[in-house]
Amino acid sequence: MQKKISRAQVRNVAKLSRLELTESEVKEFSGQLSAILGYMEKMNKLDTDNVEPLAHCLPISNCFREDAVRESLGTEKTLANAPQRDGDFFKVPKIIDSL
Amino acid sequence: MRNELLDMGCRQLRDEIAAGQVKSVAATEAVFEAVEKYEETIGAYISTFRKQAIAKANEVDEKITAGKKVGLLAGVPIAVKDNMCTAFGATTCASKILENFHAPYNATVIEKLLAADAVIVGKTNMDEFAMGSSTETSGFRRTVNPWDTSRVPGGSSGGSAAAVAGRLCFAALGSDTGGSIRQPASFCGVVGLKPTYGRVSRYGLVAFGSSLDQIGPLTRTVGDCALMMNVIAGYDQADSTSVDEETAPVCDYLEKLDEPIENLKIAIVPQFNAGADEQVQKALRDAVGTYKELGAEIIEVDMPHLDYAVAAYYVIATAEASSNLARYDGVHYGHRTDNASDYIEVYSKSRAEGFGKEVKRRIMLGTYTLSSGYYDAYYLKALKVRNLIRSDFTDVFEKCDCIMTPVSPTTAFKLGEKVDDPLTMYLSDVYTIAANLAGVPAISIPCGFDEKELPIGLQFLAPAFSEDRLLRIARMFEKQTDWHKKKPVIS
Repeated sequence: MQKKISRAQVRNVAKLSRLELTESEVKEFSGQLSAILGYMEKMNKLDTDNVEPLAHCLPISNCFREDAVRESLGTEKTLANAPQRDGDFFKVPKIIDSL
Repeated sequence: MRNELLDMGCRQLRDEIAAGQVKSVAATEAVFEAVEKYEETIGAYISTFRKQAIAKANEVDEKITAGKKVGLLAGVPIAVKDNMCTAFGATTCASKILENFHAPYNATVIEKLLAADAVIVGKTNMDEFAMGSSTETSGFRRTVNPWDTSRVPGGSSGGSAAAVAGRLCFAALGSDTGGSIRQPASFCGVVGLKPTYGRVSRYGLVAFGSSLDQIGPLTRTVGDCALMMNVIAGYDQADSTSVDEETAPVCDYLEKLDEPIENLKIAIVPQFNAGADEQVQKALRDAVGTYKELGAEIIEVDMPHLDYAVAAYYVIATAEASSNLARYDGVHYGHRTDNASDYIEVYSKSRAEGFGKEVKRRIMLGTYTLSSGYYDAYYLKALKVRNLIRSDFTDVFEKCDCIMTPVSPTTAFKLGEKVDDPLTMYLSDVYTIAANLAGVPAISIPCGFDEKELPIGLQFLAPAFSEDRLLRIARMFEKQTDWHKKKPVIS
């Protein structure tokens, strides 16, 4: 019954998650995620064919407000926590190598 | 010698400050003296704001001297969990990735506390991003249980619970995604309320599981809890999941607090409670006895889907977390690696360096269950199970006013005991997570001690938006018992 998550699968999920894992983390997570997902499979004992998924429990649906101009954070406050900035921009490494 | 002021309840302290009999500065100084003396042992705070707190206390005292009107928490020293944004100090979520993050605005609850003239003394330790049940996943420090310093305070709001129990503040705010207010409240012998989803604004609360997260109070008494709710509850335009007053009006939670609920009907779920330690079960039986003496009717009910709550919860909570935590990209705010050779590595190395192990584990789990090929089997299935769990509650609430359960299967466990075994840690949330899945309010109140003299908590769950009745039900028990009057001796 227990679903084993291979190390290759762990590496793939880590890539999707943008998480660089060490080999020992890959090994550890492979075992732990297998155990946890194995536990989660107990849900399969329930017949849910005619059950609607429930994403949240609120008695409200859409929330609208007036489309009015309001004050916003401003450039300085927005950039204040930037790890690297260049003037009024967030600075990141070059994304396209050659043009 | 301990300052006796510190044992005063929020309501009494507020009234005495407002009447000019006690100075807020004296209460605030008393808190910081206690912090100086005990904080090294307890480790409840990530940051404290002594200078700012004394200034605020002085401001409140001056307002009172000048005969000006003051707020509901006038001069009362309050702590807040470090996942609520403050425009002062850092907001770290106990994560290295946010170590130097200074929020550009106050969370709505912070604005409400300040508008009520509360004195914010500091920001409390927690499990990293509120992911944990022991506060041990904090990236910064260890918090211990004031009742036994070799044990955990519970989590994730462990710093808030330890600060309230250890008299390092008069009340605190926590957040509860799967029991993170109620379980530490129970481990530390204080009162903790998770309000109905949508009752308290989440604006400025760093997101973990957005359909489950809710802010609520940790206090020493039910009355103080009601007072805190009077300050923080209500609609907020800035939070689109906050519920408007037309749909569910906010009431004065103190007004009828001392009036018992007539013809009170309490449901217990025998099959569910059987999993708790014998001493926890005994405390529950004693509580049943107390309510019977008060004239309440106890009925036994079956909630067939509760057994699947942990499984559904850890799919949904981690799925939402993996999505919410995608924002930590090393670009806009938070830690950025020095070792990236390309933009992908800015993400993957910054996140690897900034997140702790439990957070990584949950991001991995959530990403897996949302990924192509597994979405239906895990995530969609969990949402359907969530609906079945909510139906269990709807059915039971047709027959009773509230459901009574333990808060946790055990009392506070030893530091390090479960830290390497995530599944066992997750299973310890068995009694608390259903309330988050169903969106209903739930409270933990002290109901006894085990043979190791560790506090035991009693949980009540009630229909959505019935916090007023939930608090009254809890107050009925508090009036009959002395558990809430016990306090830890910090060694």
